[in-house]
Amino acid sequence: MDISLIDAEPIWISLKLAGVTVVILLVLGTPIAWWLTQTRSRSRVVIEALVALPLVLPPTVLGFYLLILLGPHGWVGGPVQALTGSALSFSFLGLVLASTLYSLPFVVQPLHSAFESIGKMPMETAQSLGASQLDAFFSVITPLARRGYLTAIVLGFAHTLGEFGVVLMVGGNIPGKTKVISIEIYDRVEVLEYTQAHILSAGLLIFSFLVLVMVYSINRKLPLQVT
Amino acid sequence: MMNLLEAKFKMDYPGFNLDVEMRLPSKGVTVVFGPSGSGKTTLLRCLSGLEKGALGYLKIDGHVWQDEERFTPIQDRKIGLVFQESRLFPHLNIQKNLLYGYQRTFPGERNLQVDEVVQVLNLESLLRRRPEKLSGGERQRVAIGRALLTSPKLLLMDEPLASLDMQLKAEIIPFIKRIENEFKTPIIYVTHSMNEVLQLVDTMVILKAGKVENIGPVEEVFSDVRSREAVGDEQLGGVLETLVSEHDEGFGLTKLDFMGQVLHVPRQYIPVGQSLRVHIHSKDVILSTLPPAGATSVLNILRAKVKKVGELQSKGYSVDIELDAGRPILATITRKSLAKLNLQPGQPIYAHIKAIKMMHELEGL
Repeated sequence: MDISLIDAEPIWISLKLAGVTVVILLVLGTPIAWWLTQTRSRSRVVIEALVALPLVLPPTVLGFYLLILLGPHGWVGGPVQALTGSALSFSFLGLVLASTLYSLPFVVQPLHSAFESIGKMPMETAQSLGASQLDAFFSVITPLARRGYLTAIVLGFAHTLGEFGVVLMVGGNIPGKTKVISIEIYDRVEVLEYTQAHILSAGLLIFSFLVLVMVYSINRKLPLQVT
Repeated sequence: MMNLLEAKFKMDYPGFNLDVEMRLPSKGVTVVFGPSGSGKTTLLRCLSGLEKGALGYLKIDGHVWQDEERFTPIQDRKIGLVFQESRLFPHLNIQKNLLYGYQRTFPGERNLQVDEVVQVLNLESLLRRRPEKLSGGERQRVAIGRALLTSPKLLLMDEPLASLDMQLKAEIIPFIKRIENEFKTPIIYVTHSMNEVLQLVDTMVILKAGKVENIGPVEEVFSDVRSREAVGDEQLGGVLETLVSEHDEGFGLTKLDFMGQVLHVPRQYIPVGQSLRVHIHSKDVILSTLPPAGATSVLNILRAKVKKVGELQSKGYSVDIELDAGRPILATITRKSLAKLNLQPGQPIYAHIKAIKMMHELEGL
């Protein structure tokens, strides 16, 4: 196989997209997951369901509504076009927004279960020692939840890397702009360039496998019990 | 008003109400005692500010921490908490655990320094280690040290020894005593096991079904018939604070000074001048209206006055007599003896003490 047959651009776009998405998701997912652990509010189940929705929804459904929302006449895309001259659909930024929604459960759920398993005690203990909630969160909860964070980062990244349907619906297939690995593979198969499709597919397969091996070995090697 | 803790809390749970009002000296060791389900832990959580829903009032040494309008959050109450589980932070080593609260205390408010706490609790050799490598007793000592290093105005301990075995308990108790002696931090200690703290307690609060059943200095509570159910029949009688006055090597005895009277106990290896708390069981107090004439094998005879002749006990044959020997003591005698002695309040009496127990000899410790 000749690696030089491969266009590096979709790989680069995929990595950039996954990286940016994970950073946004960590910032967004942490308060959501923490809120889910703390709240006794009845709206909790609704939020939980909304977060989990991308897990069960066909990516085309999510992609379709995002396309409408982010397009030049959408509630979000319209005002953005009025401001900047271009809508969010078929742009990298649009892809980031779509991926953020699409990968949300893969970040929120590991964090949520990490926070759940930490329980109330460490926070109470830290506060009794004079720490504010925010201080206690960063000095105690975050380090105790590091396993959850690693899992969230790895899963969020890998899942964004592998998305297809949503990207196709929202971002289309613009080379150098929104064309990611998964779509590049599809294109190659369409034109019967199996060698290129093979290299990319195998790459993604091995990468995903290694990532999951990493997640499971992290979960094994970092036993953190609160004593 | 200094050295006073005033607390009033009301909380309603389904099937359980806490309704507590108490005034305590905010010095020495106060033990909150009661069976499980009596509201001890809830009361402690209210005091510490962990129960945000609690209606209440809390004032300590003149500072109001909670009333109708104010609610000082837990991190701003100067309270140290020690739980049944040590709750050390597993991601920090012992030194960093100890410093966690210290670093979050304003330098001007740091009354206790790391070195002295490390020394008093004997933590020097543990500093570099990680929590999971420590024994249960060591962990609990670190937890106590960590709480102390916030220089709390009050140290709250929630069954801190409950998960330790007898030997470890006996190992920790002297440290708690030292804290009280050396740092003068008032301690509120919650427990359902009286024996583990009899050596420490100054003030007792007995909780029952969310209410204060009895409250007062330990000598009074232990000689009060109302405490019978809570502290147990076998503990009721008297707790006497004595001073070691002399060792009698010839007879293998130690003389104790109690309110100007002398008590003899088996030789104690405690220096002269030190205090020793002893316990007397009410059934081991024998009363006589006449001074001991002639020979008796009873060594310990206290002059006292009858304070009150109690009600007949449910079993019908025994009566509790409250005595005043400078400090209160309870004697339980038969109804027949009472009729024979014809005791009246104010009457001088001789209390023969058949057995004196050192606190550390009490059952279960």
